Amino acid sequence: MVAALVVALGAAALVGSLSLGAGSAGNPGSGTWPLILSVLLVVLGVALAATARTTTDAERFSRGSWLVLAGLATMVAFVAVIEGIGFEIPAALLAFVWLRFLGGEGWRSSVITSVGVVAAFYLIFVAALSVPIPHLF
Amino acid sequence: MDLAPVLDGFVVVLEPTNLLYCLIGVVVGMLVGVLPGLGPAATIAILLPITIGLEPVTSIIMLAGIFYGAQYGGTITSVLLKLPGEASSVVTVFDGHALARQGKAGTALGIAAIGSFVGGTISIVALSFLAPVVAGFALDFGPPEYTALALLGILLVATVSSGSRLKAVAAAVIGLLLATVGRDAFTGGERFTFGNLNLADGLDFVPIAMGLFGLGEILYNLEQRHTAAQAPAKVANVWPSRADLRQSSGAIGRGSVLGFVLGILPGGGATLSSLAAYAVEKKRSKTPERFGKGAVEGVAGPETANNAAATSSFIPLLTLGIPANATMAVIFGALLIQGVPPGPRLVTDEPELFWGVVNSMYIGNILLLIMSIPLVGLFVKILRVRPAILAPITVLITLIGVYTVNNSAFDIVLVIVFGLLGYLMKKVGFDPGPLLLAFVLGTLLEDSLRRSLLIFDGDAVGFFTRPISGTLLVVFLLVIVVPMIRSALSRRRPADHPSDTKELV
Repeated sequence: MVAALVVALGAAALVGSLSLGAGSAGNPGSGTWPLILSVLLVVLGVALAATARTTTDAERFSRGSWLVLAGLATMVAFVAVIEGIGFEIPAALLAFVWLRFLGGEGWRSSVITSVGVVAAFYLIFVAALSVPIPHLF
Repeated sequence: MDLAPVLDGFVVVLEPTNLLYCLIGVVVGMLVGVLPGLGPAATIAILLPITIGLEPVTSIIMLAGIFYGAQYGGTITSVLLKLPGEASSVVTVFDGHALARQGKAGTALGIAAIGSFVGGTISIVALSFLAPVVAGFALDFGPPEYTALALLGILLVATVSSGSRLKAVAAAVIGLLLATVGRDAFTGGERFTFGNLNLADGLDFVPIAMGLFGLGEILYNLEQRHTAAQAPAKVANVWPSRADLRQSSGAIGRGSVLGFVLGILPGGGATLSSLAAYAVEKKRSKTPERFGKGAVEGVAGPETANNAAATSSFIPLLTLGIPANATMAVIFGALLIQGVPPGPRLVTDEPELFWGVVNSMYIGNILLLIMSIPLVGLFVKILRVRPAILAPITVLITLIGVYTVNNSAFDIVLVIVFGLLGYLMKKVGFDPGPLLLAFVLGTLLEDSLRRSLLIFDGDAVGFFTRPISGTLLVVFLLVIVVPMIRSALSRRRPADHPSDTKELV
């Protein structure tokens, strides 16, 4: 599976480098180096596929993997709105979701901690350091 | 050796700001060393945005402090909780925790702190003498030498990284490919930007490092079930007895030398040298059966070696511009952000930075020794902070921090993408270290390769006719070919094929 992805990535890069102009050894062009790399990547991918049965270092995805997906979702939501409504509300929500649902903290401590964290961030980044992050207040 | 710049370096270190950031660095390093989960590379990556507003010397002093401070901190949890806070303290668990169970936790911590201090200090002194020599030697390096050096460096790091070699090399090649995104330095043409303006100047180092190491590790830890930290063993009497000191003095001496040498080699670094030191002590000992049951040498050797290596791994970075491991790759990036290209000219062109950073390590080591002996109890308390609370704070620092670098939301997107990549790579057994290291060296490697090919008029044989690049490339080929032959041979005789790592431990 992973090996196939590596080969695919290599192949895609190969096509891309060819379109940049492969050049020659005496006069290397924009695409020469990427071309070498993508060929190497394809070879490595094939070698990975060949040895795939003997290696067992990959971990299975478990129920815990959903937590990771949820964590990622909160971050994507954070980026999507930060430039519109500032960092305070999305940051507090992100911290709350991580504490309550991903971390299993209690309701009350989650609310207090997330508000406290955002307040601390506000004081440090906006009030003290006047870092230009988008903020509401 | 000209002493004036060395002494000026001390003047730089003793400036109040630099002293303060040295203290901040070692305290943060100690903390991340104590806390399992985030390693020094991740922490340094996450703190990169903070360093942008600082002077170059100050920021590198702080980042270096985090790196060697973590080597001290990792010991504490290994000994008290049987939970290595740091990869380089894994072997300390065997004898350190055994000592703790015998009520001698204090002895183990004390010996480790003293060993770390001695190893670190010996390593700094050796670095002070060796680094200018290496830099002077490297001044004559041309593009072919740099091509060979970068290739060898990347390969060695990929070879000794955790997990499969093939995967590590594939990760490195992907890193090199990522480095080609953006404008071509020779022709000015755009490559792999897909018309996206944000990509025209290439991928930025900061979001990649923060994503791969920082977010990737947080996401990975999110999935692992955290066992509640058990009550740490009581620490009484941190000062080791004279008998213990005498018993471990040899181990400290050997650990210093071994750590220093392995730290310089690309791919060496703290983790490998602590493993090697443990193996050496066990082999040398007249009573190897004591190892694993509380041998003081088993703590002293590895702990000394990992600190000596943490210090000496600055040599290739500061003198050749080639980072020896993933953490050094992040510090390499920090130097680039500061507009200071690391390389052989650093010693002569930026003596204040070079000697300031090197000499700050003396101060840092003294601070760490002071902190780690009397203040152990305080750091153990830190373990009560639950990872569930730490995780969202680190995530927010990462997301907001990366935004502040270029004031761009696109960088937050990049950090998330690379965070996901870092997580997935860990899941499927790819080490993200070689990818980042290769990414950092990618531009240098391509530039030198193309320059060399132009010099040689396309004739690759030219690489082998120059003595230094020729030697390096022969080593490069040997590193590729020898393991292949060995594995082919061992496949024929599967009976005598003991796992290498088990052998070491």
